[in-house]
Order: sequence, then structure tokens, then C-alpha cells
Amino acid sequence: MQHILDELERRRAAARAGGGARRVEAQHGKGKLTARERLDVLLDAGSFEEYDMFVEHRSTDFGMENQKIPGDGVVTGQGTINGRLVYVFSQDFTVFGGALSGAHAAKICKVMDAALKVGAPLIGLNDSGGARIQEGVDSLAGYADVFQRNVMSSGVIPQISMIMGPCAGGAVYSPAMTDFIFMVKDSSYMFVTGPDVVKTVTHETVTQEELGGALTHTQKSGVADAAFENDVEALLQLRRFMDFLPASNRTAPPMRATPDPEDRDDASLDTLVPDNPNKPYDIKELILKVADEGDFFELAPDWAGNMVVGFGRMGGRTVGFVANQPMVLAGCLDIDSSRKGARFVRFCDAFNIPIVTFVDVPGFLPGTAQEYGGIIKHGAKLLYAYAEATVPKVTVITRKAYGGAYDVMSSKHLRGDLNYAWPGAEIAVMGAKGAVEIIFRSDIGDPAKIAARTEEYREKFANPFVAAGRGFIDDVIRPATTRRRICRALATLAGKKLENPWRKHGNIPL
Amino acid sequence: MKKKATARPTPAKKPAAAPAVAGKPPFSKILIANRGEIACRVMRTCRRLGIKTVAVYSDADADALHVREADEKVWIGKAASAESYLLVDRIVEACRKTGAEAVHPGYGFLSEKREFQEALAKAGIVFIGPDAHAIHAMGDKIESKKLALKAGVSTVPGHLEAIPGPEEAVKIARKIGYPVMIKASAGGGGKGMRIAFVDGECREGFVSASNEARASFADDRVFIEKYVEEPRHIEIQLIADGHGNCVYLWERECSIQRRHQKVIEEAPSPFLDARTRKAMGEQAVALAKAVKYKSAGTVEFIVDKNRKFYFLEMNTRLQVEHPVTELITGLDLVEQMIRVAAGAKLPFAQKDVKLEGWAIEARVYAEDPFRNFLPSTGRLVKYREPAPGPDVRVDTGVYEGGEISMFYDPMIAKLCTYGKDRDSAIERMRRALDEFHVRGVSHNVPFLAALMAHPRFVAGRLTTNFIAEEFKGGFGAAHLPPRDPAVLAGIAAVLDRVQTQRAAQTPGRLAGHVGIVDDRRVVMLNREPVAVAIAGGGSDFLIEVGGRKMEIETDWSPGDPLVRAKVDVMPIVVQADPAGAGWLLSHAGGRAEALVLSPRQAELYALMPVKAAPDTSKFLLSPMPGLLASVAVSEGQDVKAGEALAVVEAMKMENVLRATRDGTVKTLHAKPGDSLRVDQKILEFA
Repeated sequence: MQHILDELERRRAAARAGGGARRVEAQHGKGKLTARERLDVLLDAGSFEEYDMFVEHRSTDFGMENQKIPGDGVVTGQGTINGRLVYVFSQDFTVFGGALSGAHAAKICKVMDAALKVGAPLIGLNDSGGARIQEGVDSLAGYADVFQRNVMSSGVIPQISMIMGPCAGGAVYSPAMTDFIFMVKDSSYMFVTGPDVVKTVTHETVTQEELGGALTHTQKSGVADAAFENDVEALLQLRRFMDFLPASNRTAPPMRATPDPEDRDDASLDTLVPDNPNKPYDIKELILKVADEGDFFELAPDWAGNMVVGFGRMGGRTVGFVANQPMVLAGCLDIDSSRKGARFVRFCDAFNIPIVTFVDVPGFLPGTAQEYGGIIKHGAKLLYAYAEATVPKVTVITRKAYGGAYDVMSSKHLRGDLNYAWPGAEIAVMGAKGAVEIIFRSDIGDPAKIAARTEEYREKFANPFVAAGRGFIDDVIRPATTRRRICRALATLAGKKLENPWRKHGNIPL
Repeated sequence: MKKKATARPTPAKKPAAAPAVAGKPPFSKILIANRGEIACRVMRTCRRLGIKTVAVYSDADADALHVREADEKVWIGKAASAESYLLVDRIVEACRKTGAEAVHPGYGFLSEKREFQEALAKAGIVFIGPDAHAIHAMGDKIESKKLALKAGVSTVPGHLEAIPGPEEAVKIARKIGYPVMIKASAGGGGKGMRIAFVDGECREGFVSASNEARASFADDRVFIEKYVEEPRHIEIQLIADGHGNCVYLWERECSIQRRHQKVIEEAPSPFLDARTRKAMGEQAVALAKAVKYKSAGTVEFIVDKNRKFYFLEMNTRLQVEHPVTELITGLDLVEQMIRVAAGAKLPFAQKDVKLEGWAIEARVYAEDPFRNFLPSTGRLVKYREPAPGPDVRVDTGVYEGGEISMFYDPMIAKLCTYGKDRDSAIERMRRALDEFHVRGVSHNVPFLAALMAHPRFVAGRLTTNFIAEEFKGGFGAAHLPPRDPAVLAGIAAVLDRVQTQRAAQTPGRLAGHVGIVDDRRVVMLNREPVAVAIAGGGSDFLIEVGGRKMEIETDWSPGDPLVRAKVDVMPIVVQADPAGAGWLLSHAGGRAEALVLSPRQAELYALMPVKAAPDTSKFLLSPMPGLLASVAVSEGQDVKAGEALAVVEAMKMENVLRATRDGTVKTLHAKPGDSLRVDQKILEFA
């Protein structure tokens, strides 16, 4: 028996060695960890259970029959994060550059199937040079198998991608279909076509970093949701992130006991909104002061900053915060912020995570860039997402809620469950000045008359009471009490049951 | 696990009230012609005496604490002081309107304006302070010096007339006694100034000083006065009742100054002996009597290394630093001022005045000590003071959610601590600074902490040049080495353990999963690994760091910004801000990043590259949050050092940003109208 056990251990050691000491050293030289080292950081110590350690590719072309490394460039299996089950795959750049073969893809598909069947999140740690070119169409088929599973899992289990090395060409479309993409600064990049092809086709000279580095995707394209300093910090943050998410769409978001009282008032919120309606303030202060323990995991902080989204907890239970940010573009809705908000709202709705919306929106951003870019359809995404969402929706209007943007931002009319306004809120078609210039166009030459009319309009509409009088606002609340009111609203809505009519699927304006 | 609702402190906090005073109050209503902490401080005494208070306020102060604390409020004008707090008529009018019988002027603003005193007198309103003639006499430098001489007060010996030649200079210098300072009459900024210890130096100094003065100021007149070596700023507090009674309330030493601004004050002085104290006190009283002084006043002296003291000036008002005197004497100076103003006699004589213990005041300012003390204005996102008690006093005019306005002195608070001796007052101050939690604006707490830890400060070897000498190249993180890294690592490990133990209770765990609480941790403290063994839970933890065992007791729970702990029974306070996957710990003015890892994670962390901080010299960064008002250059343009590049508007102030070196503008990263964060890129040089 002993020799059989020895043989098992020998085979395991061979698999664990990956691409060998030299390649491991090269990986470290690039500031990157190996596939297995990454799992050591991500998963609870001793919790990883590996599948398919002995899988090898079956390619016989171009001398590949002589090059076989057990595991075939990807480590797959299951483990726990703070005790909760996750399925993982971690591409091994030291083995064939992490290139995807048919066997490699089959391993990924196996954990994807398991995750979907069991109802547990799937985490991919991507570090791959791309397709295993020697395998030709087998490799392409492998990608498509993964894509199909990404789509089948979408909205059923959370899928998270952590890009920790190259991810180029067709390979980008698996992460693209997952729920969240994170990247590691300076050592990861994603693009559909690399700098060489770009140079040939468009004559643009661009580096990998500029074309698809972590900063590009977290600041310019919005493809990635966050970028972290290095592998270890990225994986530790991913552990923190996973604590917010439910295992699947069949379970409630996790509960975390908190010492933070639900009825904690914060008097400093009474002075958050400046007296001058044109002066910005930081909406994140509100989020940090109402969320449990001030713990807020912001997504895409450096892209479309006029919309803030992220996870926090209220009374121990995960909520998704969506907020207009007056500090950036006055908090207006534009193409990017609408897309950012819409995708986040849909994730929350898919996974039973209540949505808390803070509204201070002066309207949609005007201009040719926006119209030519299709703001009509992009803005509609956010509207659609809020309107179809059936999770508890609690909304607080902190200052401006103007025009169509008011309707969009989780208004009562879009089945908002509890809609509150702070006493200084203005719910109107537009600001008083603009409104008067339209209604009293003939008085435009007379500044005194215009001023009087403006004051009149402000008196009438620059307050929450007209809307409250119609029942569009459920209550006008003191800012200091915002946390207690939201917590109570969410507790009230815990039993909410709402279903949309049966259909194959809706047709969101993509 | 839920605690009972602990409401965060509301702005309208009432300090632990001393027992109300029986009897008829000296006035029924007082208007406080000031703002900020001093207005609040005066109101506190008024409340205790049963006197109603009236606040005056400008546009910028509509929500200020002093307005919230007053019984009545009167708006007096626009934000700029010249259009509000300095308007005599408006304030007199406010008194009339509210029926205030008396006015307390605080310090600054109109407190030493004779016209104000006179206008109030005309309106039949009592000014809580000295009479106009005393304000006037002491307001004039030459007049006050003459008065001081006549009253037998020691003044800096000198010859105030212009000196014709070097030989006359030597003669005068001998008469004054070396060392002497030769100064240009028109001088300033150190130009035309020479110090001489012997005749030769005096001759040479005279010639070079007059030459320099001629070149710099086109005026070669020089004069000579005694050079005070190792000067200290020590002042005598006194109070007089206008009935011939005047007592001195000992001294305050205010030698720790930055650019003539007092930073730290203490009472008593670590330098004076009883004899000098008495001599200074008696001279101060003599001067006050000479001008028939009434109310509280301060006589400032400069004291040399041989404890020879010389009169500088007299301040005819309540001083910023009066709390340290109150702490060692047990008196309420504002109460005494009010009673004296109402015509009462002082209820105590010189022999009754106590001097007990030691008090230190640190001025907490909204300024960035790491950016050359640039004032920092804006919203106080977080503001928690150390808890007041018998050994801690906080005087403030702000609250969490309030605003530090650019229009006034950016003071956040005066923090005073009290102890039986100097060392215990310093020790308490260190802890109180650790407890001071301010976010949203920059503050000088790190600098104050560095001062409190400075061996020369602790030894009491102070001079008015202390800061200039000890922080020559400015102030930086290098002045703040972690006080005890092992303890910080221990604290970080405790925070991690509390969180991990909670995470281990998460519902929905996989049955039979392995535990996640590990007794072996590695704390990356500013990226340096520190191995920590930890045991325990709840609120008691046993820590071992590098063979050193310690017991940490804390009731910290996740979300608390302050970790109050006992490390082997010694109290310690550390501020912990979540930062990424770890914490940013602030303690003793210093900061440390702490990331708590398992040994395996730490082993892998060692492989992580150390990334160089981005080279920001290539960028023009916004020095403050604000609005980009204009950009004066375009891409590709060559610029010279000193050339204006952009204007950032912050709080209505236009700040012109200039090129610090020659270069070419490569990219503009922001456009006019953009809101800028601090350190946001505006443009990039090639």
C-alpha cells in the first residue's frame, strides 16, 4: 500500500510544482504570485479541495504530445471564505503561459457546473496568455463552453473575476459576462486586440498598460470595478467583498451581527447639505455615516464619479447603495453614470439585495456628446433597472430631484417602497430659475419681475411638501434620523413579495 | 451584541455645569461681541451665573456653535470681519435691540478698540473690560513703555535715538551692558540687525548694520538695545477691581511660538523661581495701578537666561490662553471680569490666590503641518473631543458637521490638561491628543504631539526660538517615529482578532469547515513584518511580540474610530481608520499602516513588489479642494518658473498656482469649471 501512497504523493507534487522552479521565479519576478499561492491567500487556510489535479491536455500537434504538465495550466476546486463555500479556478501562468486548452476549459466548466448546481459563488483568477494556439478550434470551443456557462449562471450565482495577469482577445469575454471584474495594478491588463494589432490597423502607438491596464479600465472604460495594489491586497479585498454577497439567488444576503445600533442618530447630517444650492457636498459622507460601522465597499470609485454605488450593511444585512454624487458634474445623470447605476441595480435585484438610493440629481447632462452617444438609451437602462426591480427599494431625496431624473432615481412611481425626503429637498420639473424663464418668457427683459417670479416658484416648489402632499413622498424626515428610518423601512420590507408578469425575458434597452 | 442606542454627541453640548451661583446675577443679559470658542466660553460662565446671553453673528456663522448656545442671536453683517464683527455701530445696535446691559468683547476683534468702549459708554452699556484710558495708554507701544518706566517696571534697556557713529555706539553699548542688538530703525525681516558681545563687534556691527539699512531701506539710522539671550515669553495675569485692589494670578509661559503665534502655553512657568515670580507679579500690579486698571489684563515680559525680565507690552483683555491660569488658581476669570464690571470688589486678596498643580494648553488648529501649516478650511466631517474631566478641558466653537470658515482664525479648539506636576500634565496631554478625532480638515495634532514628545520640551528648556531651532527644515513625518511599534502591532492584531472572531460566526458556513481564527499573525506595520502571537477574545487579549508579552484589554468593537485600551494596565488610545484590507493607525502624532496577515499570507506578501510613489513633480496638483476657475496655459506651451498656470477657487478665494520650474505643458488633466479634490492632477509637464 505504501508504494501506492508514495506514487499518489509523487503525482501530487508534480502537479503542485506547476511550470517548475524557473517559471515560478519568473512569475514572482513580475510581482505576481502563482495560481496556488493566490488560493492560499484567498481561501480559508486548509479549506481548498482541488479537482482535476491530474488532468492533462490531449493535443498531439506541434510536439505538444511531449509537453504535458498535470493540471494543464489551471487550478480548480472549492474552498471557503470565512467559512462560506465558493468555487474557484485559478489560471497558472507558469504552465503554458496559462493558455486555454480544451482540457483546461473543461476543468473550468466542471467547477462552473458545480457552482451552479449547488448554488455557490464562482471566482475566477485570470492569468492567461490566451488560447492554446496549438489546439486550434478546440481552444475556441473551450472558450465558448465557458461563455455559455457564464450566461447560464448569470443572475443565479455571483460570478467574480479577478484579473491578475494578461487577459486578451476572446478570453476577455468570460470576465465581461461575470458580475464584477477586479484588477491588480501594474500587472494585469485586458483588451480585445493588443498593441501590435492596434498599431497595424489604426497606426496608434499604445502600451499594454495604456490600452488595457487596471487604471484604464477603472478610470476610462469602466470595464473593471476596482483596482488593487498587488496580488495579496487584491485577494484580501476580495475576501472582504465576498462577505457582502449571498451564495445564490435562492438565498438571502448574509447577516452579520453588528454592535452599531439601528437607531443611531447622527446630528452632523443635519448640516450636510450646504445652504447654497449650488455648493457641492460629498454624498459618501452620508453613506459612511448611515451604513453599519461606516463599512462601505465602493465599486468603480474612479469611473462615472457622479454616481456612487457599492455595498454596505444596514442592521447587519447587505444593502446596495446607489447615490448621485454632487461633487462630480453636480451629480447629474449621463451615459456612464446611468450604465454604472443600472448594472448595479440589476445585480442587487437578481440577488435579493435591497437597494437604498440617495437622490440629489439636477437632471440629465446636456450636450452633443451625450446625445450622439445615445444617452436616451443609456439613461433608459437605469430607468428600466429600477422599474423592474422587485427587491425592497428605499429612497431618500437629500436635495434636488429635478425633471425626468427624479422619476428615474427609484421614485415612488417606479414602485419605490418607501420614499423619504429631507426637509430641504426640492422635487420639481427643474430649478426655479429655469422654470420661470420658460413660464414667464415674456418677462425675461425685466429682472425685477423675473426675480419675484423665481422667488414665487421657489416658495411653491423648492420644498418636499408638494410631492409629499401627493403621496409621492411617504415622509419628510430629519437628516439626523436617516439611519434609523432606513433600518426600520428595511425591517418592514423584509417580507416584501412582488413578482413581475411571466415572460421569456424583458427587453432592456441595451 | 447590540448595545443600547448611543446617540452621537449633539452639537449643543452642555459642559458639566459648575453649581449655579446663588444670589442676584451681576447683570441680567450680556451680549458677547465675538465668535468661536471664546464666545462659547463666556456664555458658559454667564449661564452658571444666571445671566442671559446674546450672540452676534455674520453670514458665515449662522449655524455656528456660539449662535446655538446663546439665548438670543442677532445678525450683524457679512462674513468678512470688517463687515460684521468689527462694526461698532451694529453691535451697539444689537445691544439696544436685545436690551443687553453689558458686552463681553472676548479677545481680538473690538476687545482693545477704545472707540468701542466709548460708543458703549455713550449708549449706557457696560463694557466688560478696562476703561478707555487704560486701553489707550497700553495700546501705544512708546506710551506704554514710558508708563512702565515711570511705574518702576523693568524694560529692555536701550537707546531709542538714532546713533551718530561707531564710537558713540560703543559708549551706549557699554552703558546698556553687553550683549546688545544693533537694529535699523526702518528694519524688518532680520535686515540691518547685528548682535555684539564686545566693543569690536559693536563697532563693526554699527557700520555694517547702517550700510545694510541704507541699502535695504534707504534709511541708515540705527539704534541699540539690550540683546536678550535665550529669550522666553512669560506673562503675568492680573485682575483689578477699580477700587484699588489688584492681584496677580501668577504667570504663563508662552515661549513655544511659531512665527509669533503661540502654540503651547503653560502655567506655571518651568523656569521661574518664587523670587522672580513675585518680582514680576509686583511690577505688573504696579503698572496696572499706574493706569488705574480695572478688569483682567496681562503684562507680557521677555525673560533672559539669567531670569532677568523686561516689559514687552500689556494686553488689556482676556487672553486666549487664560484657561491655564484658571486651572492652577481655580478661579473663573470671566466671572471675575463680569463682577468687577458690575462694580463689585474682588472677593480675594493676593495671599488667597492658589497655585496648585500644572496646566498646559495646546492650540488645535485647522492647518496642515505637513504642508507648511497651510490653513485648511471646510467641513468637520468627524469631530470628537477628548472627554472633559478634572484633568482635561476643551474650549471650542465648533462641532461635528460644522464648518471651519476661511474668514476667521482657523482654530478648532484649545485643549488643556492638568496634572499635579508638569510631567503628568504633559503625559495627559499626549493621551488627550491621541483621543482628539478630527476628520475632514487637516489639523496640527501631529505637530502638537511631536512637541509634547520632544525631549527639550519635556526638559522645559524653552525659548521663543524653540520651534525655529528644533524644526529647522519644516515639520515632517520624520519627526514622528512610532512611539512603540510592538504595541501598535499588538493593537492591530487585536482589531483583526475581534473581526475574525465575528466572521467565524457568519451564518451559512459550510458544515465542518475548518476554523479561521488563528493565534499566529503577522502584522505588516508600514510594510515591515512583525510576528505576533495572540490569544483570548472578548475584551482581554494576551499578546506576544518578539518575546515581549503583554496583556491588552479593550472594549473596542468594529466601527469605533478610537481604540481605547490598556496595555499591561497602562492606558493607551489609538485611532484606527479602515484603509483597504487593513488599518491606518494614528498614535502619538504618527501614522502607521497596519495589515494583519496569516504567516502564510505574510510569506507571500514578502514577494510583493515595493512600488515607487508616483512622481508627482511632473504634475501640477491641486493644493486644496476647490473649483478650477481658469487655466492660463495650453498643451505644448513652454512655461517659466513663477509663471501662473491655473487659478483654483476655494471658498471664494482665488489661489494662483505657479510653475515651480521651467518646463513644457504636456497634458491638461482638468478643465475650467471642474471640481478638484486635494492632490488632483490639473496638468502634466513633459
